[in-house]
Amino acid sequence: MRRSLLAICVLLLAGCATPALRGTGDLGLIIERADGSVLIVESTHRKMLARVEGLGDLSHASVVYSRDERYAYVFGRDGALTKVDMLRHSIAKRVMQSGNSIGGAISQDGRLVAVANYEPGGVKVFAADTLELLADIPASYGDGKYSKVVGLEDTTDNRFAFSLYDAGEIWVADLRDARNPVIEKYRGIGRQPYDALVSMDGRHYIAGLFGEDGLALLDLWRPERGVQRILDNYGRGEQPLPVYKMPHLEGWALSEEHAYLPAIGRHEVLIVDRRNWQEAGRIAVHGQPVFAMARPDGRQLWVNFAHPHNDTVQVIDTVTHKVIATLRPGKAVLHMEFTPRGEQIWLSARDDNRVDIYDTRTLQHLGSLPVRSPSGIFFTARAHRIGL
Amino acid sequence: MRRHPLMLLLTAVLSLAAATTQASAEVSTERQRELLHLLRHDCGSCHGMTLKGGLGPTLLPQALAGKPTETLEATVLYGRAGTPMPPWRGLLTEEEVAWLVALLMKGVPDAP
Repeated sequence: MRRSLLAICVLLLAGCATPALRGTGDLGLIIERADGSVLIVESTHRKMLARVEGLGDLSHASVVYSRDERYAYVFGRDGALTKVDMLRHSIAKRVMQSGNSIGGAISQDGRLVAVANYEPGGVKVFAADTLELLADIPASYGDGKYSKVVGLEDTTDNRFAFSLYDAGEIWVADLRDARNPVIEKYRGIGRQPYDALVSMDGRHYIAGLFGEDGLALLDLWRPERGVQRILDNYGRGEQPLPVYKMPHLEGWALSEEHAYLPAIGRHEVLIVDRRNWQEAGRIAVHGQPVFAMARPDGRQLWVNFAHPHNDTVQVIDTVTHKVIATLRPGKAVLHMEFTPRGEQIWLSARDDNRVDIYDTRTLQHLGSLPVRSPSGIFFTARAHRIGL
Repeated sequence: MRRHPLMLLLTAVLSLAAATTQASAEVSTERQRELLHLLRHDCGSCHGMTLKGGLGPTLLPQALAGKPTETLEATVLYGRAGTPMPPWRGLLTEEEVAWLVALLMKGVPDAP
């Protein structure tokens, strides 16, 4: 009797206790792709704070953040959009917005969250605070068909750019009036755009093409020039290798005068001259690159690879264009994320159920966190970057 | 000698059964576990972890019903030209692909 009274008192006290004040700038989310859960982590002490469950099919999940870095918007494969409270460690709001989706973006002013859908093909735009549907943009083309939408990115002036996989088109939706989107369409941009990126200044939208060698570039400062082809026929005459995992262009790498892109179907990272978008070289790497990500200062490039070479990560020096390290962190390295100023990199080793943390200067292993089938890692500093 | 149609059917059924048994007999329990993992996670990056589809089509039994087994096996082994579906031969044996296709047609037990 006395014992249970004591227990009740303890519970009451715990209930009343004010949680310690804290910021969110060193927080992040790690996707546990097989369990439909996410971990809230803190990079200052490299620790896990909480697990939030019930997010559905996270087999290809990505995350964007509110401008105050308090809320994460998680885009699931099954069409779910979940708003996670990074401080309360709970789901703040959740909507099933389509049958099948592939990522999304948050607007420059932080008020709109847009989701790219495969089924039915199109983009839906929600109010970031309430997740109320504000605009529905079906990706219709041809005779009433709907294309899968890929490479949805935010850019300046509350615009979103995205690509139509089946139609070979790039669309730019102006959402300054969120309920009445104004859409510019660019047709015939190339076969099967499969992913895209926006440069950090919001100026260039580049879609990778699965159906042919080359990329489609739209200069959003000079849209009247239309879509330009770059790296056209970079593999002319060579048979591309089978692709067991699509390269990801988001989180692309930039340093000084160069941009670095994962080649599709080749064991190469492509170097592009940013002044004229011409090929400036290629770097031979261990396998087919999936992500080629620059450390925030641009000095290093970290590259992971498609199955069956996905136990390996390579580090490239962007001054010499040489591979300076080949690391084997664990089985199936799916994703990498730098801490905001780049002193650490976090790597998901999916099949070893572990996230590994490395010092990017010494390349030493700093520690690991146990995570169930980890895939994407997303730190809150993404809130303040265009095109992520 | 002309064989009775029923006989032919029986032979076909028996050899099909034999082939199925053979396929699973040649895929060890350990390897079956690896293949299931590959199916959910690597095939799942295009077809969805629950196999409901993504950039690639759904692989649920109702979607595969009525499609010839040989066509499905050939798609996995040789890929599908003009689409992102890569050939898996070289990474998977014919027996392993037969085992996977049979499993997909039945329904994957651990796909939620």
